[in-house]
Order: sequence, then C-alpha cells, then structure tokens
Amino acid sequence: MIAPDPDTPLLAVRDLRKSVPGGRVLFDGLDLDLRAGDFVAVTGESGVGKSTLLNLIAGLDQADCGSIRLDGDELGGLDEDQGARLRRERIGFVFQAFHVLPHLTLAQNVALPLILQRQGQAASLQRARAMMAEVGLGGRDADYPAQLSGGELQRVAIARALVHRPALILADEPTGNLDPETAGRIMELLTRQVRSAGAAAILVTHSAAAASAADRSLTLTRHGLTGADAA
Amino acid sequence: MMRGEWRAYPARAVLAGLAIAVGVALGFAVHLINASALNEFASAISAVNGEADLQVRAAGPNGFEEALYPRLARTPGVAHVSPVVEIAAHAHNGASVRLIGLDVLRAAAVTPALLGQRAGAMGGDPFDSQGVFLSPTALAATGARLGEPLVLAAGVRQVGFVVRGVLAAAPQGQSLAVADIAQVQWRFARLGTLDRVDLRIDQGADPRDVAARVAGMLPASAQVVTQQAQARRSDALSRAYRVNLDMLALMALMTGGFLVYSAQSLAVSRRRPQFALLRVLGVERSALLRLVVAEAAIVGTLGALAGLALGAGLAEAALRVFGGDLGGGYFSGERPRLALTPGPALIFLALGIAAALLGGLLPAREAGRAAPAVALKNLGDAVDPNRRPAVDLALTLLLAGAAAAMAPAVRGLPVFGYLSIALMLAGGVAATPWLARGLLGPLQGRAGRAPVIDLALKRLWGAPSQAGVALCSIVASTSLVVAMAVMVASFRGSVDEWLLQVLPADIYMRVEGASFEPAAQARIAAVPGVAHAAFLGQTSLRLAPDRPEVALIGQTIDPRAPGRTLPMIGESQAVPKGVTPVWVSEPAQWIYGYRPGQQITLPIGHRAGGEPLFVAGVWRDYARQHGAVALTSDDYTRLTGDAGRTGASIELAPGASADRVIGALKALVPAAGRDGLTIARPSVLRAAALATFDRSFAVTYLLEAVAVLVGLAGVAAALSAQTLARTKEFGMLRHIGVLRRQIIGMLATEGALLGLIGVIAGASLGLVMSQVLIHVVNPQSFHWTMQTRVPWGLLAGFAAALIACAAATALVAGRRAVSRDAVQAVREDW
Repeated sequence: MIAPDPDTPLLAVRDLRKSVPGGRVLFDGLDLDLRAGDFVAVTGESGVGKSTLLNLIAGLDQADCGSIRLDGDELGGLDEDQGARLRRERIGFVFQAFHVLPHLTLAQNVALPLILQRQGQAASLQRARAMMAEVGLGGRDADYPAQLSGGELQRVAIARALVHRPALILADEPTGNLDPETAGRIMELLTRQVRSAGAAAILVTHSAAAASAADRSLTLTRHGLTGADAA
Repeated sequence: MMRGEWRAYPARAVLAGLAIAVGVALGFAVHLINASALNEFASAISAVNGEADLQVRAAGPNGFEEALYPRLARTPGVAHVSPVVEIAAHAHNGASVRLIGLDVLRAAAVTPALLGQRAGAMGGDPFDSQGVFLSPTALAATGARLGEPLVLAAGVRQVGFVVRGVLAAAPQGQSLAVADIAQVQWRFARLGTLDRVDLRIDQGADPRDVAARVAGMLPASAQVVTQQAQARRSDALSRAYRVNLDMLALMALMTGGFLVYSAQSLAVSRRRPQFALLRVLGVERSALLRLVVAEAAIVGTLGALAGLALGAGLAEAALRVFGGDLGGGYFSGERPRLALTPGPALIFLALGIAAALLGGLLPAREAGRAAPAVALKNLGDAVDPNRRPAVDLALTLLLAGAAAAMAPAVRGLPVFGYLSIALMLAGGVAATPWLARGLLGPLQGRAGRAPVIDLALKRLWGAPSQAGVALCSIVASTSLVVAMAVMVASFRGSVDEWLLQVLPADIYMRVEGASFEPAAQARIAAVPGVAHAAFLGQTSLRLAPDRPEVALIGQTIDPRAPGRTLPMIGESQAVPKGVTPVWVSEPAQWIYGYRPGQQITLPIGHRAGGEPLFVAGVWRDYARQHGAVALTSDDYTRLTGDAGRTGASIELAPGASADRVIGALKALVPAAGRDGLTIARPSVLRAAALATFDRSFAVTYLLEAVAVLVGLAGVAAALSAQTLARTKEFGMLRHIGVLRRQIIGMLATEGALLGLIGVIAGASLGLVMSQVLIHVVNPQSFHWTMQTRVPWGLLAGFAAALIACAAATALVAGRRAVSRDAVQAVREDW
C-alpha cells in the first residue's frame, strides 16, 4: 500500500498545453496537483480534452508544452518503453468499455498487471483472488467474462486497476456503459477501493452523480481546470 | 450493407474472389488442355480409321484370316466392306510411318477419307501397285518428294514405293502412308491375313444389330469395334490421368472455398453487433442469412467468371508453349487447338459459385444464430472458453470418409476414393478447433514463461474456433500437399526399386521399327566381352474392343523361378505339365480379373478359339498402365510366329569394358539403321525413366504449389482480420504497460502456434489421405500398387516454412495493429 505523504504532490502538472492536428488548442496553462489519497473528478463538455488529459498523464500522448511529474519523475522525458513500465507499475486504468480479455478467466484478467511484472503465477493469482473478493466477486475466479453482466465486468476492471497497488488510478467514464443503479454501486466500490489502497485517482466523467463521489470536482475548459481546490 | 462492407474491406473481398478465380482457372485450364488434346487424339484415330460405321479388328499381332472378308460382305445389314492391312514401318531416315494397305475400289465406298490425291501432273494408272500416298506429316518426316522413290521397312523387309500423291484429309501430326493392299500383303509377307475390315452398314439398319451379327461369326483372333467402343478406347487411354489432374485442380478450388469460409466468418464475427442491432430493429434471422449467403454468391460468381477467362487464357498459352501434353505422355507431339465449349465452362462456373456458397453457408448460419443481447454488449468476439469445441460432426465426416474409401471403383474411376478424400478433408478441418484445444491444453498453466507467450497460449486455447477459421484453408492445402507428397514419394520409390529389379543386366539394347532377327541375335551374343545376351520381344493384343491394347512380352523366364527375371508380386504357381504358362502384370490382373492358377485364352497362336494359357503369377509393372502378359521366349516365338526381338539385355564377361562392348554392338548395325537403336547402361535408363516420372508429376507439383499459396493467403487474410479486430485488446494491453514489441511478439507466437497446429492437423490428415491415394485411388485409376514411403525431410522443411510464414504473417499484421494509436483503440466503439 502506498504511504500517503500529505506534503509532496504525487502528481504535479504545470502549464500544460495540448492542441489537436489542425491546430485547435484543447487546453492551455493547465495546472493540477494531486496528493496520495486524493480523488478528483474532471468534468467538461464533450471534446474539451478530458480523456486526452488522462492520456497525457499516463504517458500515452505528448503535450505541446508544460510538465507532468509523477512522484517526482518527469513524464515528458520518458521514451515509449519507460512510459509503458511506468504505467505497468504505478498506474491503474478503468475504462468505459471494461476491456477484459474474453479468453482469460476473471482471476487471470485481474492478475494481468502482476503477471506482466513477473511476480509469479501462483502469487499473482492468489492476490487476484483476494482482490476479487474485495470487489464482490469472490469464488468466481474460474469464470470467464462471457458469463458476466456489465456491472460485474466493471468490477473485474476495477480489481485489475488496483491489484498491483498503483499510486495513481485513471478512470475514464467507468460508469458510461452502466445503468444508474449499477453505476452508483460501481462508483461506491471504486471510491472505497481507491481510498483503502491509499492511491490518488482522477475520474473523467459526464455524470454528475459519479462526480459527486469524488473529493473534488474540477471542470476542464480551454483555459485549464477550474473549480473547488484546483491547484 | 454489402456495399458498405466491401467498401470498408475491399482487399478481403478481392482475396476471397481471387481464391475462387484461381481454383476455377486451374480446373478449367487443365480440363481445356486435356479436352483439346483428346479431341486432337480422337481426330487422329478417326483419320487412321476413316469413316467406317463398324470395324472388325485383329485381336493379336498375326491378324485374322482373309477368308473372313467375303463372309462379312454377305452379312445382312452390311452394305460395303473394305479390307485393310496395317504395318508399323519406318523410312530410311528412321522416320516412323503407319503404312495402310487398302483396296482402292472398296475403300472409296467405306473410307473415302483414306484415299490419296494423285499429284496433278503425274496422271497414270490409278491401280499402280508401286504407288504410295503420304500424309503431309509423313512427307515432311521421310523427306520424300512427289514422284520419287521411297523405301519403307518393317522387320527384315524393305519395300520400294513411288510417292504418287498426298493424303489431303490426314490431320497435322499423323505420319501415314496408304498403298495398294495386295502389294503390302505380298511384299511384307502378310498374304492371306488382314488386320481389319472396315464396314459401311445399310441405311436404316441398326448398327447394334449388325455389330451383334458380325460378332457372332468372328473367330477369337478378331473383334468387332463400334464407333462408341472406339471412342471409349481413346478415352480410356488417358482417362484416369486426366480425371486425377482434374481432381487435383479442383482441390485448389476447394481450398479457395475454405478461404471464402474464412473471410465470411471473420466478416460475420466483426459485424456481429451490426447484425444484433438489425435483429433488435426487427430484421428476421432468415434475412441476415440471405445477406451473408448473397455476399458469398456474388464473390463466388465474380471470382468464377474471372477464373473462366483466366483458365481459357492459361490453357491457350499452355497449348501454344507445351502442346497438349501435361506431362503424362499421352498426347506428346501434338499441338491441338483450344476446344472451348459452353458445357464445361458452365460446370466450372457452377463449381466456383458452389464452393463460395458452401464457404459462406456456415458463417451465414452463425450470423443468424447470434443472440442480439450478447452481441450488443460489445464483448468483442464473444469468445467463451467454457464452450468445448464440437467433434461429433468431424468424427462423422471422417468415418464417412473411411467408409467411402472401402467402396469399389465406378466405371473404372475411383469416385468414392475422391469422395473419401473430400469427406476426410471436411472432417479434418472441422476437427481443427478440437485438435487446437487438445494440443494446447497440456501447455496451459506452466510456470516460468514470458507473460506474452502465456497470453498467446491462453488466447488460442480459449478461442479454438477462431483458430479453426484461420486454419481451415491451410489445413486443407497442407493435407493435400502432404497426401500428394507421400503418394508421389511412395510411387517414385516403388518405381525406383522396380527399375533396379527389372534392369539387372550391364547393357540394354532396344530397336524401334525393326527387330533383331535370330542371325542378329547370334551376332550380338558373340560380341567379345558379352557373357550372356537375353532377348525380349513385344507385340500388342486387343483383348477388349473398348480398351487399349495389352502388351504381349516374350523373354527369358524360368517357369520354376520367374522371380529371377520378373519382379513378382507374391508366389508363382507351379506350372502343370502340358500347359503354356503366362505371367500377368498387376494392371492386367486388375483390368481383366486374371488370377494365379486361372486358365485363360488369348488371341494368339493358331487355334480357332485362341490359345489356352495358364496364369502362373502376377508381376509388378509400372511401364504399361493398360496391362502386359509375359511368356517364355520359346512360347512367344511359337505362338506369334515372330522370332525377331526388339530388346536385348547383355551381361558382360568378368573384366570386360562396357564402353568397348557398346562400341562393338553399335558396329554390328549399319549406320543407316542406327536411328531407331538405343544402347544404354541401366543407370542411364533408370535416370531417364525417373526423369520421365518427374516430368509427368511436374504439373501436379504446380497445382499443389497453387493450393499452398491459396492456403497461405487464407492464413494471412484470417490472421490480419483477426488481429485488426483485436486492436481494442492491444490498446488495453498497452495502457496497462505491455510494450509494443511484446504485443508483436505475442502475435508472432500466436501465428507460429497456429502454423504448428495447422501443420500437425494438415500433416496428420494428409498422411491418412495419402493412404487413400496409395491404396484406393491409384490402384483403381492406374491399376498398380506401391509401398508407402514418407519423405520426412521434405515434409519437415515444408512444415518449418509454413510455420515461419504463419508467424511472419502474424508479425506483419501485428505491426500494423500496434501502429494504431492505443488511445484511439480503447475508445473505438462500433
């Protein structure tokens, strides 16, 4: 578990600018500080660059200028392989479309980040089973995704995002494919798991209900993030 | 929807159409070449035979008695008769000429096409006994000129003629000479015998009635031959070879059908959510089925039409460059014209469409069956590893294939043998998902592997039906190639072994268009360095009017130990006293049902009902597909009256130089007569025989290569489509920290594993199918058996190349897939 350090920002984003091909500027001068244990929701109109911001923070996209530091490491200087290793070890993802592999059992899906870190099959699966129990899927480790509902699949995705104890969770519309009742339960689960792991989390969403689960809710505009407690 | 699909993925539709086009083109081209050659051959036969309604032909080399001729002329229903003598002769320059002796007045009423045109300026006596008329080919081959003398020789006799004119109706390529029958009979010592009588029947008379009447009055030495029997005989000469080539070409089409199946399956899998939406919006299941079938039908029709054009072009080009012979040696020397008729074109068009429709039918059912709710959840390819691959259908097809292999030939063709291969092929392809899971099962859960290899294994194990879709065309083509390779290796090995058995001497001599008479035989035996000389005589017998001739061979055979000179199959029977023993070849045994110990009659000798003979044993013969009967040299001379021999085998005295003996043997023959003479060591003959063998199988290698290319194209198309359909998976993997090169490595591993499974499935199936080819198709088609020989080295190389190709294909597809933006990939919805 990551020990929260209230004084040092886990994620420090400074003066970030991103434009799309054609020259349209998505945002400019964006700043964001995130400490361990912070849970921030980012909302905004469609096309404003919410998912792009997540991708920049994950090292999957390059900013025009500005800096992103995760635990003190500047992401802009990382090559593709270093970026991949960073994501493998320190970031967890939750997607709108779940993206679980249909040919792996639920436990194998959850254990994937650990297996990629070569932590050993047996130990990885043991940890995955424990994680599944925490998200309410205990005893179903040998099932396959084809047998699960959408809400259950998102639980698997949340377990996979947290199984390797990442410092930062990036969740892109995690309730976008779910009905309101299931979405509420998933947000509750995600919040609880993020907090118990002591990780920081950024949730990109259109849903006011989902955003309300976060500690802070920020709105992304062309001029950066606005809202309560923005850095 | 169809247009949208083809606009979005034009390459896949084009590839599927192309596979059908290639299959149809090969099948159609092979058919056209064979049909054109056969047409040419039939017209050549008809040129030699004239236009007779019926023929009475000699069954053996001695002809039949001339006394039969007036009796035939008096037979009710017979309007005109024309007696004929045929001699295989050669000119002074060695050119072969078929000399036909005719009665001009009789022939004018029955076979006017055989009458020559006297050259305008020459005039003179139409009954000129010294005159000969040559076909344009014979004129060119002999170098003779109109009005000048021409010497034609047969056996020891040489006869001088004067070239009086040309046979204008003789087709190109036929070396014919027509002369007066009395002259030919007298000067070639054939007085009192005829080789055939051509008959013209009364108008209104039923040819079958007349044929039956004529047959009833014939001795054993003659047979009645109808035009239909003649056509069947021409057809039988090369029928098995042509049908086998047609079948092999159709296998390429079948592989193309599997490629359509593969392409349609992937298209259906990719469009599952679209189909689900349509179902939700109220489109019936049958309408979806019709849509997918219609797509396959359009691809098949366009492909087949293109294939017909391509096939006609290929056939035309092949006929121009190679003539009508595809390597079998049945039509060599001819340059036929393309015989393009609508019937076969329509059949191949239908076959192309049928292959595409069959390929599209299963995916269409799959499209109609998919549950809309599951598909709409967008769970990717709806893989459920809990679902066990079905094996019932595969087992049923394989068992049906095994049962079909037990069935006998139909009209001399291994129809059920081919059906067996087709059923086994379908069964083997259907069993591939089951096999994939079975093979990968033991590899699951092994610790210590790189994660990406583990992922590749799990993916293939969890989605075996997708492996089946990707592999169907390569399993089909690999199994065909392995089956053919094993059959050809077995055949070649058996022929090689047989050649070693039948060529034990040090030197062999053979003469064409002449023979070694007893005096020449004595001179050969007396050449210094020759320890022993054995001689072989050969002629032909017509045992059935609609079958090609059987060879009658006279050679040194010890009845107590025939295996010394004949490659015997099984034990030889003890020969009872007072009977004439014969040893029949394996094809003769198959075709005429001869069994060791059986008493048979052949149209040789001087007895009215033919000569009774005792079948003492069966020997292996790969040289004469239509059968051969061997008897001792003495019996041969006694029964045929021919003491001349066309072949000799020489054993050298210890220390004798083979080159010197060959030189001395050549010196025995005057320089002018050496054209038809061959003197060679067994190694040269063996090499020449194997070269002929390889040439006859060259076209089959080409057809196999095309089938493999189509199969590889199938794997490439399937892997590429499956990889592109998994971009979301790769995007997710890259999000959670998998490197691009790891994903490419995973795909290459999947490709190599798929290739390995394809090779194992294809090779296993191919080995089983090779047994059907060796023990069913070959004996039923060509009437010879062989020992199985597996070319392990060749197969291992082929397997390695195939696995490498599959891995490389997956690698290329993987590079394309991961070059897409990982961010876009996970966001992309349909």
